[in-house]
Amino acid sequence: MAQGRLATVSWGESEEDGGAVLTTVDSLVNWARKNSLWPLPMGLSCCAIEFMAAATSRFDMARFGAEVARFSPKQADVMIVAGTMTYKMGEAVRRLYDQMAEPKWVIAMGACASTAGMFRTYPVMQGIDHIVPVDFYVPGCPPRPEMLINTLIQLQKKVASERAHKGLRVANLKAEKATA
Amino acid sequence: MSEPLQVIVDPAAAGTPASAPPAAVALLRERHGDGVRALMENRGQFRVLVERGQAAEAIRFLRDDPRLRFTFLVDVTAIDFHPATPRFRVTWVLRSYHTKETLVLQADVPEDDPSVPSMTHLFPGADWLERECFDMFGIRFTGHPDLRRILLPDVFPGHPLRKDYPMAGIMTDQEWAEHIVSRAQREEGHD
Repeated sequence: MAQGRLATVSWGESEEDGGAVLTTVDSLVNWARKNSLWPLPMGLSCCAIEFMAAATSRFDMARFGAEVARFSPKQADVMIVAGTMTYKMGEAVRRLYDQMAEPKWVIAMGACASTAGMFRTYPVMQGIDHIVPVDFYVPGCPPRPEMLINTLIQLQKKVASERAHKGLRVANLKAEKATA
Repeated sequence: MSEPLQVIVDPAAAGTPASAPPAAVALLRERHGDGVRALMENRGQFRVLVERGQAAEAIRFLRDDPRLRFTFLVDVTAIDFHPATPRFRVTWVLRSYHTKETLVLQADVPEDDPSVPSMTHLFPGADWLERECFDMFGIRFTGHPDLRRILLPDVFPGHPLRKDYPMAGIMTDQEWAEHIVSRAQREEGHD
């Protein structure tokens, strides 16, 4: 379960008598979060095809709780930008990112999303990190589904290591009060 | 009717068997005379160079003449011959389902007045084609009902398919990022 910080307490002689599991809020919340990372598939070009492959039964992203692609940003946790982002599409990418609820993460899938790849051209932004904060850059043109799944596993590790109130408004208010 | 036009064969296609120009060319010439400037051929495909002032009338004739019926406007685009003059050549590709022929009309357009008449009154489908041509080449289609950019963002500077346009664009990524972020915040009502 929640790795690392875990202790069990039994009330009676055996486990059947009932008991409790002791852990920290961070561990419990992060355990839930990292096993249900719902992606927002920002499929902009051919990388989106590899993303779809990763979701199929052959590669089975569902093993890591990330198969529930949500087309509403309000229900998504991780935006996977899969493809070449033009300046015009950048407006939509940024708006969708803003509409995602905290906490949220971003994966730049493939060479184009990371650095624009071969497109040093007039309509293409040279990497999505100019307009959204990126947690993981996935190399490849396009990356194979295994690569994306590996990135999801890395993201799970990252989520598990964060504070549970990451990005939450209440935490910010407390911080503001503390500094005032 | 004046002398038959000499067919200019593209150098790249020299030596390929010549084919006869479609009947549309002779009919067009009969109707518009000197407005038809030149006739070019490349591997059996013909292009007719017309005066830009007569392009609309020529296309209307090709569309409405019962012998021709070029009722499908396949494409509207332009060619930039920078630094030659006249700089641009606007191109209309017409198709007749009646004669099963394709005919390409072209008109030279100078750099200081890059305008041609819009064909939207003849072909409603010319609307977006002309907007794209305006977006990419900066050709003004006079009489177009809504001539604004169609592919690129509204704030995009210049017309990128012009030969003198810098490949990597004019605005930097930082400028674009500021534009995108400020616009997203404005539309989302963020503070």
